[in-house]
Amino acid sequence: MNLTLQIWRQESAKVKGKIVEYPVQDISPDMSFLEMLDILNVRLITDGDTPVAFDHDCREGICGSCSLYINGEAHGPDRRVTTCQLHMRKFKDGDTIFIEPFRADAFPVIKDLIVDRSAFDRIQHAGGFISVNTSGNTQDGNSIPISKHDADQAMDAATCIGCGACVASCKNSSAMLFVGAKVSQYALLPQGQIEATDRVQNMVSQMDLEGFGNCTNTGACEVECPKGISLENIARMNRELIKASIKS
Amino acid sequence: MKDKKITYSLNYRKPKSEYKLSDELTICLRYYHKCDKTNKTKIIKKSTGIKCKLQDWDTDWHKSSSRNPIKDSDSNYKKKNRLILNKIKEFDFKDLAKKSSTNKSKKKLESHVPDGPLADKWTNHKNNINLVNPANKRQIDVIVIGTGLAGGSAAATLAELGYNVKAFCFQDSPRRAHSIAAQGGINAAKNYQGDGDSTYRLFYDTVKGGDYRSREANVHRLAEVSTNIIDQCVAQGVPFARDYGGLLDNRSFGGVLVSRTFYAKGQTGQQLLLGAYSAMNRQIGRGKIKMYNRHEMLDVVVVDGKARGIIARNLVTGEIERHSAHAVVLGSGGYGNVFYLSTNAMGSNVTAAWKAHKRGAYFANPCYTQIHPTCIPVSGDHQSKLTLMSESLRNDGRIWVPKNLDDAKAIQKRQLKPTDLTEDKRDYFLERRYPAFGNLVPRDVASRAAKERCDAGFGVNKTGEAVFLDFAAAIIRYGKEKAHVKGLNEDDQTLIQILGKEVVKSKYGNLFQMYEKIVDENPYETPMMIYPAVHYTMGGVWVDYNLQTTIPGLYAIGEANFSEHGANRLGASALMQGLADGYFVLPYTIGNYLSKDIRTGPISTESVEFEEAEAKVKSEIEHFINNKGTKPVDYFHKRLGKIMWNKCGMARNEKELREAIEEISILRDEFYKDVRVPGSANEFNEELAKAGRVADFLELGELFAKDALVREESAGGHFREEHQTAEGEAQRRKEFQFVSAWEYKGAPKDAELHKEELVYENIEVKERSYK
Repeated sequence: MNLTLQIWRQESAKVKGKIVEYPVQDISPDMSFLEMLDILNVRLITDGDTPVAFDHDCREGICGSCSLYINGEAHGPDRRVTTCQLHMRKFKDGDTIFIEPFRADAFPVIKDLIVDRSAFDRIQHAGGFISVNTSGNTQDGNSIPISKHDADQAMDAATCIGCGACVASCKNSSAMLFVGAKVSQYALLPQGQIEATDRVQNMVSQMDLEGFGNCTNTGACEVECPKGISLENIARMNRELIKASIKS
Repeated sequence: MKDKKITYSLNYRKPKSEYKLSDELTICLRYYHKCDKTNKTKIIKKSTGIKCKLQDWDTDWHKSSSRNPIKDSDSNYKKKNRLILNKIKEFDFKDLAKKSSTNKSKKKLESHVPDGPLADKWTNHKNNINLVNPANKRQIDVIVIGTGLAGGSAAATLAELGYNVKAFCFQDSPRRAHSIAAQGGINAAKNYQGDGDSTYRLFYDTVKGGDYRSREANVHRLAEVSTNIIDQCVAQGVPFARDYGGLLDNRSFGGVLVSRTFYAKGQTGQQLLLGAYSAMNRQIGRGKIKMYNRHEMLDVVVVDGKARGIIARNLVTGEIERHSAHAVVLGSGGYGNVFYLSTNAMGSNVTAAWKAHKRGAYFANPCYTQIHPTCIPVSGDHQSKLTLMSESLRNDGRIWVPKNLDDAKAIQKRQLKPTDLTEDKRDYFLERRYPAFGNLVPRDVASRAAKERCDAGFGVNKTGEAVFLDFAAAIIRYGKEKAHVKGLNEDDQTLIQILGKEVVKSKYGNLFQMYEKIVDENPYETPMMIYPAVHYTMGGVWVDYNLQTTIPGLYAIGEANFSEHGANRLGASALMQGLADGYFVLPYTIGNYLSKDIRTGPISTESVEFEEAEAKVKSEIEHFINNKGTKPVDYFHKRLGKIMWNKCGMARNEKELREAIEEISILRDEFYKDVRVPGSANEFNEELAKAGRVADFLELGELFAKDALVREESAGGHFREEHQTAEGEAQRRKEFQFVSAWEYKGAPKDAELHKEELVYENIEVKERSYK
């Protein structure tokens, strides 16, 4: 396949960026999207140009590093995949593909397609944990049975990979799906109950501090989420928040 | 016996509890020799050859005035006690001590395995090592490199204990370390299934699975703490899979006959890592961990023989930074990417471990590499990495190739579909060769068997390098079971298919989806195609029982060390080891070392050692930036990978290993002359980071081949064609029952071999059979 790429280039957060056109030839449909970019980069390096910078690591859809906004969709046109799992067979010969970084105030651009998502880490520092020390004396793993239904739901929420597609897809740049998933995981487990009140309040207030927007129930986040995290998690987070405000 | 430096003991060869009172044991003498120079006490053991029954042994001999160890219940007690005293006079212990220290003029590897019966070693060791009081811990800094299961759990636990931790990762967040990609599960000897599991069995399976090339005491400790890991993770909110009664569920993994693997769908590594990450977050929030994201360690700084800090590069700004600490912990993972194509993440690298090696840490068993049997086959030259299909699939999937060569050829050309072949035309080669373990043989065995079939021409994809992993039988089995439970018609084939696929989806849904996205085939309808790929490295930085490297104050944990897996790791044991090291072992053992540092005070970064290390790092970076060659880094990395895969891969021989050594060293020269790194040093520059990593792989690769050449036997993942049985199984050799620990001497070819002999006192070294 021969394609035309329109790629966002930006040297650093301080410099203005722009879209630059790059044609690519002989792309195999079996290639992943990032392997296609690898080929472009090898050509750019050999020609003495600067390669396009993008985040990537595991290339199997689990680390959450890759992050591209492809033709107006986070992680591209395929569903339930990250960019590294997107294959070129989803495109046609002659297509023009626009590639941009995830855009949000809380995700400043570092270079080209790389953004700074450390705001997500800071939200987790505020309460994304259960306060239990490593002692070797915690009670037996089976001492509190957890219904399969709750454990499975907690697991579904916990599969979030923290890529930020929800923020990039949201017209308000809201991080509620991300925060909702973490709050839900702990809210559904008995171990998470002790600190439930503080957790939801601290995480939500940190989320606001970071400059993420609010949720207006559009649902774009759920559609674009590579792990299929459900909107129910946002509802659960809101319930937890209301419960917490009554309690405290 | 007046000399109180000499004591008696019985020579136990297995746990004390396993002896009967009527068993006879040999009496040993122990002499505590204090070396004048180092002021360290050494124990010199000597057998007396005199035996005594356990019931006649006086454990309180040292309290009595006569100090006779044999009680009067022994009919010969007077004579024996006298003989023992004579033995003391016979041995000139001072002379023996002198001899043993002159033998050590060549630095000897001390594994520091504590004395005593196997099952008590760890408990006793913990009771005897020094602690640091909480107020002093606040004065001590520890650097942790890497934030995977090992690094992340170590950083969190050390911070909980009160140390000041600085944690480094090259990713943009600690949560992205490659432990996240581990799929299948984590082992623990909980015996929740009541299927006969125990600490000893997990220990035994691991030593046997590692082909008797791991250190007994370490493996037993790992098995002991395995159960704590599960409890700890549950308490942290890790959503492990549960059954309908609300209790934890288990599955089986290769090389064992029990179900001891705990899992969270096909994302166990992710959930465990997020657990460790949450523990880190709590400490980052409290300010006890200072997190350095997008930072890469480029050298370790050794001051007065002790690891006292690192040189790191900020990958965003390009700035070179000095960081000091009282101890440095490497949790930087394995070196599978030396093969270019592997299941490791793109950024996984050996740089931290290799730089430590160049500063004096021995590198152990580099040739022990795990080739995982179930990965998605290579699709073309553009391939940047390989994707693993979890070993858990072998619980239900059956591996086969066509029985007839003609059918295989037709399938390769796509003239025939796998579903066209009836049962009698299929060769379930693992079930055929290994009836006892079937599809659940260990990884090294399964990989070699697949390679053997493909080499013989029975491969099933266009390149002939793939075998089938088939779920048809499992779908029918589960479908029938479900129909029975629901009271539906068990003979309705369409219904059975629907129900069966539902069950398979609930078990392996995400893996099937991953496969479909990559290969564009539906694995519910047609068997998966799989082929072995590089997955894990058992070799790594040499460590003693305390996980300390040969550089005092430098520790290595998780996949970065050479560790407990011997020559082959069992499935679901990597997660276990990473968390065991980080949560439960290192935090204790490092305290013993740090207890001597409570008066040291902050370490300055203004010393000559820091200066020298920083200058070295900067000069290498400048070389790459100013080189202006013609070829990108990946060009060299791919070539290195080809050499490694073809000549140091699943089967190795002397001729090809010698060629590999030669070719890698030529490639390395070429790399330094002709590599092109665009951009500058003071910016985000991925090519520059990659160049540094590949430079280290180019050195490690040569040592890898050298190690494989020296090890003239087959063991686990290391298969030398010259050493195989008539049936093509790996042939171990008694004279190679040691750990190869390599000392850096300037170039990989000059590396010097040190041997740590492996002693098996609690396990019988047998032929490793899974038939």
